Amino acid sequence: MAQGKRCRLSDMKPGDRFRIEKVDVPDPMLKRRLLDLGFVPGGEVKVGPRSPLGDPTAYRVCGTTIALRKEESDYIYGEKIRHD
Amino acid sequence: MTDMTYTIALMGNPNTGKSTLFNVLTGLRQHTGNWPGKTVTHAEGEFTYRGATYRLVDLPGTYSLYSNSADEEVARDFLLFERPDMTIVVVDATALERNLNLALQVLEMTGRVIVAVNLIDEAKKKGIHINTKKLAAKLGVPVVPISARNREGIDALLDTVDAMAHGRINTTPLSIQYSPDIERGIAKLLPLVKDIMGDTYPARWIALRLLDGDASLLQALKQPPQLLIKEGNAYACCGSVKSV
Ligand SMILES: Nc1nc2c(ncn2[C@@H]2O[C@H](COP(=O)(O)OP(=O)(O)OP(=O)(O)O)[C@@H](O)[C@H]2O)c(=O)[nH]1
Ligand SMILES: [Mg+2]
Repeated sequence: MAQGKRCRLSDMKPGDRFRIEKVDVPDPMLKRRLLDLGFVPGGEVKVGPRSPLGDPTAYRVCGTTIALRKEESDYIYGEKIRHD
Repeated sequence: MTDMTYTIALMGNPNTGKSTLFNVLTGLRQHTGNWPGKTVTHAEGEFTYRGATYRLVDLPGTYSLYSNSADEEVARDFLLFERPDMTIVVVDATALERNLNLALQVLEMTGRVIVAVNLIDEAKKKGIHINTKKLAAKLGVPVVPISARNREGIDALLDTVDAMAHGRINTTPLSIQYSPDIERGIAKLLPLVKDIMGDTYPARWIALRLLDGDASLLQALKQPPQLLIKEGNAYACCGSVKSV
């Protein structure tokens, strides 16, 4: 755990850079899918634009852009590295 | 002289150039249709090389074989039930880390794999150098750099296909070691799986899937999809030109 600063990917704003610490999902199928999409502990995510309705949000991870809904990004925990 | 027909599966993440490679290899001799019972399109075609005929199947692009989308089930079932003579995993040279996830999953199912590192031109532009020799040594299967769009590396890929088809390549696919708990589970299940399923299926892989509680796989094993039934006429009319 990172100095108690742990937050959810869903709390991040466009432009934020985020380091994943834990993918903690009650549904094992969803966990598998998030890992397979590249949301793995230690990985870095850049938050892209949100769709006009606020959901889903585009994330840049492992060299590809992946869109996640809030109920998916809610389960990805980590810390904000910086904003650019 | 046409001696044998070998089936090759093309797999890879979405957008890695599978269809581009498919078109380069098969030219116009292809056929598209749906998998029986699934709304997932696929293309298959043929080509000949050094006297052998190859049936090439362009599988849907996926990041994984285990998230149970229709695309992933089609790709998994093809490997499992159709047992292609070899599988070419097309990976994106500019995003290897992401792409190797699927490659490693495929290597757990079959060792008859060639990894084609595509978009090597894009990688060069970005200053990315891929050490294919080292990658091949780590993965235990041949790795061939290509640029499908520029038709680069295709001869080397075909030579590798030819060598694998004729048994001139011995692969030692990387086998991932899991935690002691999981390995104990695998060891327990292995003899049972082999007993029930025989040698036609990758036993270690099935044991792993069982430990993972993969309900979709159990369903498929109970009722293997009818992948082997080809859409006879449509296929026959487009793949009939054979070189001598
Ligand atoms: N620069 C470059 N672009 C390529 C190369 N091979 C394919 N492309 C391009 O990459 C894009 C995707 O190619 P496709 O062949 O459709 O990829 P695919 O893997 O079949 O994609 P899906 O079927 O959607 O999974 C196309 O715009 C191709 O022109 C290559 O070697 N170099
Ligand atoms: Mg395609």
